[in-house]
Parts: sequence; structure tokens; C-alpha cells
Amino acid sequence: MNLDIDRALSALADNLVEHCQKKQITNPIVVGIHSGGVWVAERILSQLATQEALATLDITFYRDDFSRMGLHPKVKQTVLPPTEDRHVILIDDVLMSGRTIRAAMNEIFDFGRPASISLAILYDLHQAELPIHADAVGEVINLSATQRIKLSGPSPLVVNVVESA
Amino acid sequence: MMQSEPRALQLNEQGQLKHFLTLDGLDKTILTEILDRADSFLSMGEQSVKKVPLLRGKTVVNLFFENSTRTRTTFELAAKRLSADVINLDIATSATSKGESLLDTLKNLEAMQSDMFVVRHGDSGAAHFIAEHCTPNVAIINAGDGRHAHPTQAMLDMLTIRRHKGPFEGLKVAIVGDILHSRVARSQIHALTTLGVEEIRLVGPKTLVPDLFEDTGVTICHELQAGLTDVDVIVMLRLQKERMQGALLPSESEFYRLYGLTAETMAWAKPDAIVMHPGPINRGVEIASEVADGPHSVILNQVTNGIAVRMAVMSMAMSGQVQSREYAESKASEMALGEEI
Repeated sequence: MNLDIDRALSALADNLVEHCQKKQITNPIVVGIHSGGVWVAERILSQLATQEALATLDITFYRDDFSRMGLHPKVKQTVLPPTEDRHVILIDDVLMSGRTIRAAMNEIFDFGRPASISLAILYDLHQAELPIHADAVGEVINLSATQRIKLSGPSPLVVNVVESA
Repeated sequence: MMQSEPRALQLNEQGQLKHFLTLDGLDKTILTEILDRADSFLSMGEQSVKKVPLLRGKTVVNLFFENSTRTRTTFELAAKRLSADVINLDIATSATSKGESLLDTLKNLEAMQSDMFVVRHGDSGAAHFIAEHCTPNVAIINAGDGRHAHPTQAMLDMLTIRRHKGPFEGLKVAIVGDILHSRVARSQIHALTTLGVEEIRLVGPKTLVPDLFEDTGVTICHELQAGLTDVDVIVMLRLQKERMQGALLPSESEFYRLYGLTAETMAWAKPDAIVMHPGPINRGVEIASEVADGPHSVILNQVTNGIAVRMAVMSMAMSGQVQSREYAESKASEMALGEEI
């Protein structure tokens, strides 16, 4: 399957700007989820009306599969300003089960109670296991059971559909 | 009794930590991983909720056969910040004092489905003994055993050094005081050597710094000036007052005169040297108040770093246990499959 990442990034930025206008979200905290979400957020940050530097989130300590999978070997730094009463835009590369987003929201709430959280996703696979959906999407993709999306980056940012082992 | 190799006992099939008993046998990669992970936990201090759900549902037992309120409190806080349930077992009033053997006590704690024991014991090798005799599903963390090891204290010292002085290569470190009786110093020497510092100097009188330590590749100094000249890091050890009455030292005042860290003796070190102490401090015995509270002191940073290091070690050991169990289960199912065929 051939994926045009520039087209998806452009669509995501447009949809997100429209979402912010509709919801009257000004000067939001834009948060990329490590690692793919950060790469995507870096690409579209300049198109969003915010004075804040890009925030980053590593959800390793909030995953729900620690007792099954153990600890992820590489933990990156979470850098988040106080979120109390602020609008937060959460950005990730792929939305699959929704578990990563649940973990990310749990972590954000440990920094304070935001006014709102919006979710922006580059590729939505429509495979949710939790009642979580994106507010802005770059592209919706239907994959077979054996396929998954792999984003490589940060530069160049490349997307591939690979057969899972 | 023969004890198994510390490395074999501490690491699982994938080379991950599943117990934390000693730094002996642990390589630079794993020590650096502990420090990196501790750094991640330190940044949690910026959150309004200083807690993560990693060990939610797990039970940690603080098994202290030797009193240490400070160490026990930091382990308790570390476990609670990982969302574990914590039991503090005061051994002085527990079953062992009523005649029950250590192994019987352990079996009872295992039957309560504990997941981790944090062990402090006056005998060298106690944590190792427990790790060998306990069910394999329980992670054992050594919180200090006899004169043998105090690995989490050494690692919190390493984190403090790295955060203040950057990379270990090229650093000169002086450890001053009662090296002979110090499990902290033994673990520090292992850690500093593994992480690649340029020079480790052990400083103190011959009675407390015997020549046998030369085998570990350190420099021994019986004069404080020689020991402190141009060092980047000064680690003062606590002098245990009961040793003053023995033949090892003449008096507190004599020790302070010869080996005490004061503003004057501090001047021999590099101008930006840091001063560390595992606590509790004997002011005016090993260190002057003006130094302990002065701009070079990072003694309180050590306490903060101690919680992060203990969170790192606990989460890594629990993760290693999980992976080990998964490995054992997959091996068992492979064998069962083989039998069916």
C-alpha cells in the first residue's frame, strides 16, 4: 500500500486548525507522544496558533500491560508545562486500540486538570478497543489483520505498511 | 554454604535485573540504565501527582532486621510513588524474635503473595541468602547487608555525581573515613570503577584504610591533603562512634584534626568540587557544619536522588521478574508441545 505522508500531514493540520476554530481553542499546549507523535507534532506545530513550545510525553510508566510485558527499555523524557485550565492538543502518529491515548490522558491529569484535551492522529486504523476517537485525522486506513503501520523518523519522516511477525 | 554467582542470581535470561543484591558483576550498561531510569523518575517531581501506576497491585515488604529509619522511609516512599502496597516489618517485634527461623518468616510472607522484599540485615550475604531460598517470583532488593554491600546507596551517589559533574570519565573521587567497616564504600568502589572514573582515592588512617584495598585498583592516602588535592568529588563517610572507644582511633577530636573536612581542608580540592555524605552526619567529627551546609554540599540532593534510584531499581527488578516468568512459561509450553508430538 502506497501512503503519501505529506498529504496526510497537510490534511491533519487543516482538520486540526478547523477543530480549534470550531471549539474556540486558543494558545493550546501541543503535546507529542514519543516517538512518532513528537515527529508529527514537530511538522505541524507552526500551523497552529500557539505561543507554547512543543511538549512531549512518554507514557511508559502509565502503560496497562506492565504486568504482562514488563518495562519498556527506553524511557524518554516527559516535558509538560502546568496543564491546569489549559487546552491540550494530544498528537500521535497512529490510533489503533486507544490504550496509548488512555495512558497519555492519565499522565496529563497527573500534571493538573486541563480545560480540554483534543486528539489529533495522523493515521486512524479504526481498531479501537476503548471508547476513544480522534478529533482531527490525517487519513483513515483499513489494514488486514497481518498488517501494521511503521513510522520512521525524525528526518526523513517515512511511513510504511509492514507485515506483522 | 556455597552461594551462587551474584550476576547469575541477579539477572534473568535476557540479562535484565530481577534482584538487586550487589553491584559486583553488573556492567556499565546496566548501571547506566539504572541512572537513566532514575533521571526519568526525578522529572516526576514537576507533576502535581508525584506517583505513577507501574507497581499498582504489587506488594512490597520492607524487611528490616537492622534499624534504619532513613533508608526504610526512602524505600517506602519509592514503592508508594510506584503505587505499590507497602508493609513495614519490624523484625525486633516480629516472629523471628519469638524463635521462628528466617526461612519460616519468609515462607509466611511469600504465602501472603508478596512481590518484592527490601532487605536490610546486619549479616553480610543475608539478601543473597534470601534470594536463593525464596520463591523465584519475589524480587529481592538489598538495602544494606553487614559490611558487604549497599548498592542503592552507591547508585544514588553515582546519580548525584553524574547530575553535578557530568560524565564519569576524567573525574577524581576521594572517599574519606572508615572504609574498613563501610558497605557503602565497597559498593561505591565497584560503581565508580565500572562507570570509568579516572581515579579513586581512599583516605583515612591505616587502621580504617588497610592496604588490602589496593587490590581494587584504588589509590590509598593516609594524609588528607594528598587525598583531597585536585579531586572533583569528596565522599565523607560516617564515623561510627562506637569504634572511637576501640583501638582503631584515638578520639573524635584527633580524627577531626587529621581527617575532618573543613573550609580549610576543602580548599585542597578543585574549586568546584562537590561534597557528599550518606548520612546521618556527625557534625564536628567527620565534617564541619559550614561545609555540610555550604555551597559545595550536595548532601540533601543525595536524599532526593535516593528515592528516584530506588524507584528505578524496584521497577526494573519487577520488570525482570515479569520477563523471567514469561520466558519460563514459554519454555514450559514448548516442552509440553514437544511431549505431545
